[in-house]
Amino acid sequence: MRIDPEKCVACGNCLPICPVGAIHIDPAIGRAVVNEDGCVECFACFRGMSKEHLNPVMVRTIRQIAKFFRFRFDPEPDICPTDAIIPQELTWPRIVRRAFSDPQVPHESTGIHGRGTAEVKTNDVTNRVKEGEAGFVVEFGRPGVGARFRDIQQVTTALADCGCEFEKNNPVTSLMIDPSRGLIREDILNEKILSAIVEIKTRLGQVPLILKKIRDLSRAVDTVISVGVSTRCDAAGNDALHEILEREGYPMYRGKTNLGLGRITHDTAQGKMQSAD
Amino acid sequence: MTNTLHRYSEHYAFERTSNPEPIKDDYIVFAMASRGLNDDNLVEKYRSFLQLALKHKPVNIGDATKGGILRPRQDMNPTAHWRRDHSPDPEQVIAGIEGYTTVAAVFDNYEAMRAFVAELECAQLGISINISAPMDDARRCCEETGITRHSVEYSIGFCGRVDKLPDGTTLELSTMCGHGMVSANFARKMVEWAKENRRTAEEAARYMARFCICGVFNVHRAERIIKQACTLNR
Repeated sequence: MRIDPEKCVACGNCLPICPVGAIHIDPAIGRAVVNEDGCVECFACFRGMSKEHLNPVMVRTIRQIAKFFRFRFDPEPDICPTDAIIPQELTWPRIVRRAFSDPQVPHESTGIHGRGTAEVKTNDVTNRVKEGEAGFVVEFGRPGVGARFRDIQQVTTALADCGCEFEKNNPVTSLMIDPSRGLIREDILNEKILSAIVEIKTRLGQVPLILKKIRDLSRAVDTVISVGVSTRCDAAGNDALHEILEREGYPMYRGKTNLGLGRITHDTAQGKMQSAD
Repeated sequence: MTNTLHRYSEHYAFERTSNPEPIKDDYIVFAMASRGLNDDNLVEKYRSFLQLALKHKPVNIGDATKGGILRPRQDMNPTAHWRRDHSPDPEQVIAGIEGYTTVAAVFDNYEAMRAFVAELECAQLGISINISAPMDDARRCCEETGITRHSVEYSIGFCGRVDKLPDGTTLELSTMCGHGMVSANFARKMVEWAKENRRTAEEAARYMARFCICGVFNVHRAERIIKQACTLNR
């Protein structure tokens, strides 16, 4: 993302909008500029701000007069008055920033928007996580900190050493050169993204061990990690995970509940799922 | 929709308080189809979901590819600074659905969510339906509507460099868009503006909601949080 210096009037509205704080006013030129290394290409500034299409010279003149008289200009806080925010054409490897940061871009590997994962949201039709199994959703950079793939790799390699298998249908796994060792392709390791999810699946009994491992590993990385754990309920709707998490002392106030109302409606898919079972 | 999983509240505070207040105004129900499994008549199914939701007065509805009931506009003119139209447009969300996405409805009370879920069960849309809410409330809702829970996913909070995170009030606001489109700095700015009486809490909440691209930002909860922050009740 870049800001057109010809159009920018240094109103400062876009500064707090940036989720990772990558925009500042450069006092030398009196314009807002984007820190290219810090920008995660999430498009929050470009897409989220409403736009006026005012003449920059006129706006600057009004702002200078107001400034001279120490008047406080009180504009709408979510508007770019001169439409100065310009997306750049992204090439590899920078393009992965947008794939993992802009929720409007579907991931090529899964076709899903946002972070590109289905977890147990569609488990009632995919049966991805079965009874007795636990699905882990380890999300790097969330909330609002951002992460580099180098940090993610530090954790994925350690998890691979523990024998964890990564979900195949996952955007991060699709960027691994060796999923059995948790190795991510070298050319993207320094790319910064808003967040990315690593998914693994284990037996329920391993939940305490894996959670402790993630906690321990999180101390060594330069970002924040959000963790979710899922399982399939039994025929009565009870889940064995609750007791495990309670015993281990993890907070579990909030979460998602799949109601089991989904059903396979494609005949061919139904046949495939039955033969897979 | 993992973006609704880690909505921060005192229950996830790093220095936990003994009895955090339960969250009674933030319930999300969302629908998602799976490619090749149940994505036939997809647009129709999603539209039916949102039309049913509207009967129960949600505080927001959204299509993950287009946005919620409050959206940014590309054609503003200077009169917006005095006469901004803050009215929500749910019909725009429903009409805009084009294909594969996730649709969601946000409610500010348990009864509305329960009534919507009961209606969804009868509607038999065939796509996956999830509740994202306090787990006890979701479980109660299932019991009361005769639904057997299929799967559950717990948010167990944050670890690592939590020192990089903002204060609890800001986190509670900004994590209502789990995709991170409502920045912590903007949430903080809106709280300050409300404190300075430059904008009302309602206006501040709506400014933030426009950035949430999938429409799961709860404007009512945000308004309550901002009002509490203004009166130093948090």
